[in-house]
Amino acid sequence: MEHTPPPFFKTGPTPLARLLIFSSLSITLLVADTLFGYLTPVRQVAAAAVYPLQRIALAPGAIAERIGEFFVTQSSLRSENDRLAAERLSSAAQLQQLQALQLENAQLRELIEARKRLDVKVLAAEVLYAARDPFSRKIIVDKGLQSGVQAGQAVLDDRGVVGQVTRVYPWLAELTLITDKGHFVPVQNQRNGLRAVLSGTGSEGTLELRFIPLNADFQNGDRLATSGIDGVYPAGLPVAEVANVERNAASLFARITCKPLAGVANRTQLLIVIGRPELPPRPVEEQKSPRPKRARKG
Amino acid sequence: MAETRITPHEILLPVKAGFIAATLVAALLLNLLPWSGHALWIKPDFVALVVLYWCIETPRRIGFLAAWLLGLTMDVADGTLFGQHALAYTILAYAGIVLHRRVRMFAVTSQMLHVVTLLLMNDVIVITVRALAGAEFPGFQYFIGSFVGGALWPFMVALFRLPQRPQPDPDHA
Repeated sequence: MEHTPPPFFKTGPTPLARLLIFSSLSITLLVADTLFGYLTPVRQVAAAAVYPLQRIALAPGAIAERIGEFFVTQSSLRSENDRLAAERLSSAAQLQQLQALQLENAQLRELIEARKRLDVKVLAAEVLYAARDPFSRKIIVDKGLQSGVQAGQAVLDDRGVVGQVTRVYPWLAELTLITDKGHFVPVQNQRNGLRAVLSGTGSEGTLELRFIPLNADFQNGDRLATSGIDGVYPAGLPVAEVANVERNAASLFARITCKPLAGVANRTQLLIVIGRPELPPRPVEEQKSPRPKRARKG
Repeated sequence: MAETRITPHEILLPVKAGFIAATLVAALLLNLLPWSGHALWIKPDFVALVVLYWCIETPRRIGFLAAWLLGLTMDVADGTLFGQHALAYTILAYAGIVLHRRVRMFAVTSQMLHVVTLLLMNDVIVITVRALAGAEFPGFQYFIGSFVGGALWPFMVALFRLPQRPQPDPDHA
């Protein structure tokens, strides 16, 4: 194949040497990323370099979608319009009620000198693609550092909590969905106020309440909302509905599976909560205590 | 198939560096397409496939550095662990370079066996790295992509050799 004569003396390092060099480089990167998290700036620079390629790869799909939109029939538009008008009427009525209630609530809160609850500011973002990583539930959206998105912000859709921003690039952000295996949401049962932690299972459409005692009052159909005690998710957002409660006397805990209320896997428009609720400062950590090993939060 | 045999006897023009770069970028774009659902499971790793092809075809021109950089690119684009694809592609490039004389002796259909094995090795490396970082085994359908990649190999060989076929000289026709 080669038309140049093989260099007899200068061939550089042998393939095995090169393999060792590049493998150890990769392993160094892996360790630096997983154990120490040193590589965020490197990742951001690399992401900026890859960004144009990603946009090019997404272009055919976007064009096909636009062509599809062009051929939407008038009847479907009409029916959608009617439906939206009806929805708007009903929500306008609810909105007026809500405004009245908010006023009343504000007055009452002032009366009891409660801290004012921060208005939740949201930013609309569009889903670009689901990360092609079968090990985790992540999606990429089209808003990033440039739009004020920061890691840790909550993400919602029109029905409930979808997930949390876990990595921010200049123009993109990576969300971890609540169905991801390493993701936890502190919730509260809306029926009786019981608090629990809802964890993802890694499979689509299934969530789990772990370590709930057998006699805890959870029933099928209970709605779970964020409790807000983590400082990440604003309180009172609907998250999931209890789908199945299994009480087996042989095990210590009840097995409670839930299904998310939000369209976790099939939404294209999402809302990122920009403003964070103000929390009192964290208590000062004790100085001489040995640092416990913390499990990495995905 | 007889025409697409990679044998030392077939005389081809040297590969242009621009063509290699173009195929690698095309493979990267194919990987970056918004795959989801079932398509994600049958999707072969195009970058691994193309890197392997060039490592077997021109081991002096394409090698570890390109494989490593492409791996890092995939890690950034997919939001996976930084270095996971880089490590897998590096080892894949090593296997391709070490085995290139042997693989070229076979007909394209027999080469597919080598290719599937090497792509499966690539998958196993990725799964091992993720398992060490705490992920669970994603199920056996994870390996389907490698078999699809092997099935695509003959077509890719035929396609990638077109520009290197010597044109018949009109003066000697």
